Amino acid sequence: MRLHKLILVALKSIARNKMRSLLTMLGIIIGVASVITMVALGEGSQKDIEGEVASLGTNLLMVRPGSIDTGGVRGGAGSRASLTMKDVARLEKNATQLRWVSAEVRASGQVIAGNNNWNTTITGVSPDYLAIRNYAIESGTFFTARDSKTRAKVAVLGKTVADELFPDSDPIGERLRIRNVPFKVIGVMAEKGQSSTGNDQDDIIFAPDNTVLYRLSNGKTIHDISASAISSEAMDAAKEELTTLLRSEHRLATDAEDDFIIRDQTEIVEMATQVTGTLTLLLSSIAGVSLLVGGIGIMNIMLVSVTERTREIGIRLAIGARPFDILAQFLIEAAILSLLGGAIGIFSGLSAAWGVGSLLGVSAVVNPAVVLTTVLFTGAVGVFFGFYPARKAANLNPIDALRYE
Amino acid sequence: MSEAQISLSHICKVFSLGDVEVKALDGLSLGIRQGEFVAIMGSSGSGKSTLMNILGCLDTPTSGSYRFESVPVETLNRRQLADLRNTKIGFVFQGFNLLARTTALENVELPLLYDRHRIVANPQARAIEALQRVGLGDRLDHEPNQLSGGQQQRVAIARALVTNPPIILADEPTGNLDSRTTLDILALFQKLNRDGLTLVVVTHETEVAKYAGRLIELRDGVLLRDEINRQPRDAQADLAVLTGEVSDEAA
Ligand SMILES: Nc1ncnc2c1ncn2[C@@H]1O[C@H](COP(=O)(O)OP(=O)(O)OP(=O)(O)O)[C@@H](O)[C@H]1O
Ligand SMILES: [Mg+2]
Repeated sequence: MRLHKLILVALKSIARNKMRSLLTMLGIIIGVASVITMVALGEGSQKDIEGEVASLGTNLLMVRPGSIDTGGVRGGAGSRASLTMKDVARLEKNATQLRWVSAEVRASGQVIAGNNNWNTTITGVSPDYLAIRNYAIESGTFFTARDSKTRAKVAVLGKTVADELFPDSDPIGERLRIRNVPFKVIGVMAEKGQSSTGNDQDDIIFAPDNTVLYRLSNGKTIHDISASAISSEAMDAAKEELTTLLRSEHRLATDAEDDFIIRDQTEIVEMATQVTGTLTLLLSSIAGVSLLVGGIGIMNIMLVSVTERTREIGIRLAIGARPFDILAQFLIEAAILSLLGGAIGIFSGLSAAWGVGSLLGVSAVVNPAVVLTTVLFTGAVGVFFGFYPARKAANLNPIDALRYE
Repeated sequence: MSEAQISLSHICKVFSLGDVEVKALDGLSLGIRQGEFVAIMGSSGSGKSTLMNILGCLDTPTSGSYRFESVPVETLNRRQLADLRNTKIGFVFQGFNLLARTTALENVELPLLYDRHRIVANPQARAIEALQRVGLGDRLDHEPNQLSGGQQQRVAIARALVTNPPIILADEPTGNLDSRTTLDILALFQKLNRDGLTLVVVTHETEVAKYAGRLIELRDGVLLRDEINRQPRDAQADLAVLTGEVSDEAA
């Protein structure tokens, strides 16, 4: 019998037992829906992270104090697990592979402007920081190298801070007190929005590095150094140069470990990807189990169907259906049942992904390859679990099948 | 044509139900030539349906050999048997055996869809034609449960005819039909028979047997009688008389 006829027969038989078919498909539907949801959200959040990391800045390199924990002996004699403005100065002076360098000094505390107050983070950076991080000024100006040298008490506000402290007025030129130190607002940053981890990136105040270091922090150590390599090809060279310069500045012995850690975007992406990857794997295996259970459900219902339709099989065999025709008929029915479940699963999975995604602020990415793989896989599940019942049907003896009651 | 189209020798069919053994066929030998019209009679339980099932390659004998067109059937595999049933034999079951929830047209079309050797160009047209021949041209889209017993029987006959097989095996094909429709079917059978079709018809009605050219009677699985009917009745002529009578009465 030709394929389209077989499909028609299968569809008719499925339609005859709508409720039963739906219940049978449920396992497959749940399995496929969870796979699709997981993958869509997993890939979506990964893409979000990648986008965010890219927006951190071009060719960004970040240096943090500390050594990579290898379980062995850490930093030798004379190593200081800290970064200072001297390190920054050394890099600015000697580095050839770096375009921009900026210290990052952070302090947090209460900020008061008139009757309003707000708790936030004050980050001390150099004027290069804007270029390193692809930040933009919305109004006013950013501070200059001179402001840094003179430890000028000027501040550039993130959007959130500006809105909180100056809800009704233009903050430029206004005064505010950060931990009782008076500052003058000279600019407002362009809006950045939320990060994938849910942090408000606009809840920030920028001030010159030295100002924060000496007026709000301990006057000695800084938290990070951000730098930009001269090009993406120069990333490795820049990393090497950074290492050499900082090791020499820190006077580390040749056999001593680095007392700082350099990260670039790819590493940051990898770290984030690893987490989502593990999560996806875990949830996918749960989905796999439910697909297995769904497949067994299909096998069960196909066995019932073969028994119920023994007489029909007998009639078909009697008028000349080959055993293979019967096998194909039941295999196709199982495959269609499974594929139909898969289709419903894909549809509900995508809806769920979009729903959950918009709820959590993560984008859902539809990967056609994943959808295709899922379709093929559910088809395979149907054929695999439908094979035993179908073979049972095909092996029936015509006269026994006709006599079956 | 020396060899018979159908040749049975020493066929036994034993059904064992626990301790009890039922010998439905007991060493039956029989030859049927192409173009014969054979009526098989016998009391209920004498083994007629059992014989038909074996002839139709639906069942296998416990012992003995069956040659269909010189081929020993026991040497054929399941696929070859299926093809044989599909292309060589039209089978009308005692209990009709139509597919439920499937229209008369689809039921009749079905054997053509399983035919791999002669790809039929327009199976639907062939099925409609077969249904028209048994007088059911106006019941194409009726499902078995929407048809009377006699109509179902005629759908079963149409399904057996549709593949143009060289032999038709019919188990009580007129059991549910009135005398007028019975004559219709017998006239159709006789016409096909004249064109060379072999017919084996089981019946318990002596009247029906009179239209066959050969009469076989079974009793307890053995051949009781096997005789040639030199002057079979002509169903077409009887039909004319019958309709003539009807129109006479109407007048
Ligand atoms: N599957 C079976 N299992 C056991 N016994 C069977 C089976 N089929 C038939 N028989 C027995 O074989 C004998 C012949 O049965 P069969 O159906 O051939 O009779 P029949 O001549 O067709 O009767 P009828 O005119 O009533 O249709 C009967 O005694 C019946 O009980
Ligand atoms: Mg019978």
